[in-house]
Amino acid sequence: MSRLNATFARLRSEGRQGLVSYVVAGDPSPSGTVELLHQLVVAGADVLEVGVPFSDPMAEGAVIQKGHERALANGMSLQGVLDIVAAFRQADQHTPIIMMGYANPIERFGYEAFAAAGAEAGVDGLITVDLPPEEVDAIDAALKAVELDNIFLISPTTPASRIQTIVERARGFIYCVAVKGVTGSGQLDAAEVARNVALIRSKTALPVAVGFGIKDADSARAVAAVADAVVVGSALIDAMVRIAEQEPMASEDQRHAAAAALLKSIREGMDSSPS
Amino acid sequence: MTIDITPELFASVPDAHGRFGPFGGKFVAETLMSALSDLEALYARLKDDAAFQREFDADLAHYVGRPSPLYEASRLSDAIGGGRIYLKREDLNHTGAHKVNNTIGQALLAKHMGKRRVIAETGAGQHGVATATVAARLGLECHVFMGEEDIRRQSLNVYRMKLLGAEVVPVTSGSRTLKDAMNEALRDWVTNVDDTFYIIGTVAGPHPYPMLVRDFQSVIGREARVQSLAQAGKLPAGLVACVGGGSNAIGLFHPFLQDAEVAMYGVEAGGKGLETGAHAAPLSMGSPGVLHGNRTYLMQDDDGQILDTHSVSAGLDYPGVGPEHAWLKDIGRVNYVAANDDEALAAFHRLTRVEGIMPALETAHAMAYAERLAADMSPDEHIIVNLSGRGDKDILTVAAIEGIEV
Repeated sequence: MSRLNATFARLRSEGRQGLVSYVVAGDPSPSGTVELLHQLVVAGADVLEVGVPFSDPMAEGAVIQKGHERALANGMSLQGVLDIVAAFRQADQHTPIIMMGYANPIERFGYEAFAAAGAEAGVDGLITVDLPPEEVDAIDAALKAVELDNIFLISPTTPASRIQTIVERARGFIYCVAVKGVTGSGQLDAAEVARNVALIRSKTALPVAVGFGIKDADSARAVAAVADAVVVGSALIDAMVRIAEQEPMASEDQRHAAAAALLKSIREGMDSSPS
Repeated sequence: MTIDITPELFASVPDAHGRFGPFGGKFVAETLMSALSDLEALYARLKDDAAFQREFDADLAHYVGRPSPLYEASRLSDAIGGGRIYLKREDLNHTGAHKVNNTIGQALLAKHMGKRRVIAETGAGQHGVATATVAARLGLECHVFMGEEDIRRQSLNVYRMKLLGAEVVPVTSGSRTLKDAMNEALRDWVTNVDDTFYIIGTVAGPHPYPMLVRDFQSVIGREARVQSLAQAGKLPAGLVACVGGGSNAIGLFHPFLQDAEVAMYGVEAGGKGLETGAHAAPLSMGSPGVLHGNRTYLMQDDDGQILDTHSVSAGLDYPGVGPEHAWLKDIGRVNYVAANDDEALAAFHRLTRVEGIMPALETAHAMAYAERLAADMSPDEHIIVNLSGRGDKDILTVAAIEGIEV
């Protein structure tokens, strides 16, 4: 059983909702990302999403955009992200890792070469923000061949007929976008999220993770009440940026600790939800 | 690539997926897919609708001032001493550039979709001004995204947009130029997709934009074809246009694609010289990749990151190009060449002094190449250059380069 399937099966049997954390590989530093990922697991992450930095991250809000810019300035590359995943796997064989990025760096690397290198490094799935089902055939074939899950986004604007098309292609889990907008933006409408998740569930048995706009324990708790997992990204990066702004001498360990502390409080918020 | 060039070939693109051969497509986040499908469906219905076409043509005639003249630049042609140079005077359109042809068309689509708010990206500011203009005319809220660097070098157009009631939103991410403005416009659209129409200014972006912008701009080539036959008695030996995203070039070229005897030259921004790397010439020097919703030629590094570009003209300062140009390059129908900053500046001055026509710096790239081309032709041949915009907006840039305080 894949790591993703095993993780969602375990969560289901425990009656808990999963927590997915997102950070950008190479931010705050390339050498610290592996340690950051381990700390996020300790703080309660069930699935790790690792952002692949891109020069033009069109779906990201300001917080994650700046993370991409810092990572690129630090010299992070797609190969560098794969190396980080491989290094993380030395000490953690269980926690699923999803890479999230944009088509061009992967296309440049080569779809088949990427799939092979990803499987070798211990990657479990891929979200390519700008590869909707219409453009996904080539990479999908490459990922399937090495049993990597291709994970699709479904947004509040996706019509029901299209949801059907997407879930038929999807593997691993469905990423339900909570708000119309970029990452980290907007006010979450819990009722709308509940309607969208219900619509998705009527068409697939795959687990549904909800992301975009989940900032704290309260918004996570509201989403966890209806979804299988909650994705938190911008808020973690923002926590690391803020501590560096407040304490210019803050060490990288302190910055990691700030993200981990926020994730832990979100985990506790979710676990206190009446489910 | 060997491909049989038949008239049917050019009518066959884009296909139902928005592809021009391997280029084009719809590489966007899921949230936008539904808006693109709606636009595609609306346009499929309206493009052959007589009432819609009448409305578009009437606006072009009475608001834009079409047809634009085809002017024989006699003194310039005499001075060069080769083929005759004709200028398709898009600079005489309302707002001073070809951009308004497209914004008129897209604003009509926005109106049909009942959108109350339009957004646009702009580099040189010409598309921003053309969008702000149609928004003012239709009473639509208008936000124009513009890189901070471009706001600095195109301050006159920034003020024009503000006078027209648009909000100019400075973009501070990345290289702070056109590509970043397009990222920011896409982000706004994702956020406000329910009430907002994104008026893309060039033949790039996700399907159906490259197709519909081409269709709206093709009025340039349709007129030029008729005018060439009437005024010169035959089709031109060559067409020349500058290429940033490529909307004025595709507008001129498209109605001539089936005329095998008409050679075509798209002129990219050579910047400080193609050999320096400081340019904006993806067709000349780039490689295929995915950016801003389509697969096309891009300036990118070995890791697939998009490179910063350089051009003296803000409107050409873009690392990608419309997917139809990428395809026309690969099938060998259009020649893509480059003119550098210095050549463009020299051509700017020459046209201004010899013909009394001050071209935009973007357009000056096409003029620079046209002069070279005409020099090797005989006087019984002629070429048409798309004089895509006027140069008033650039006089502060030119003055600064020459160390003159205005």
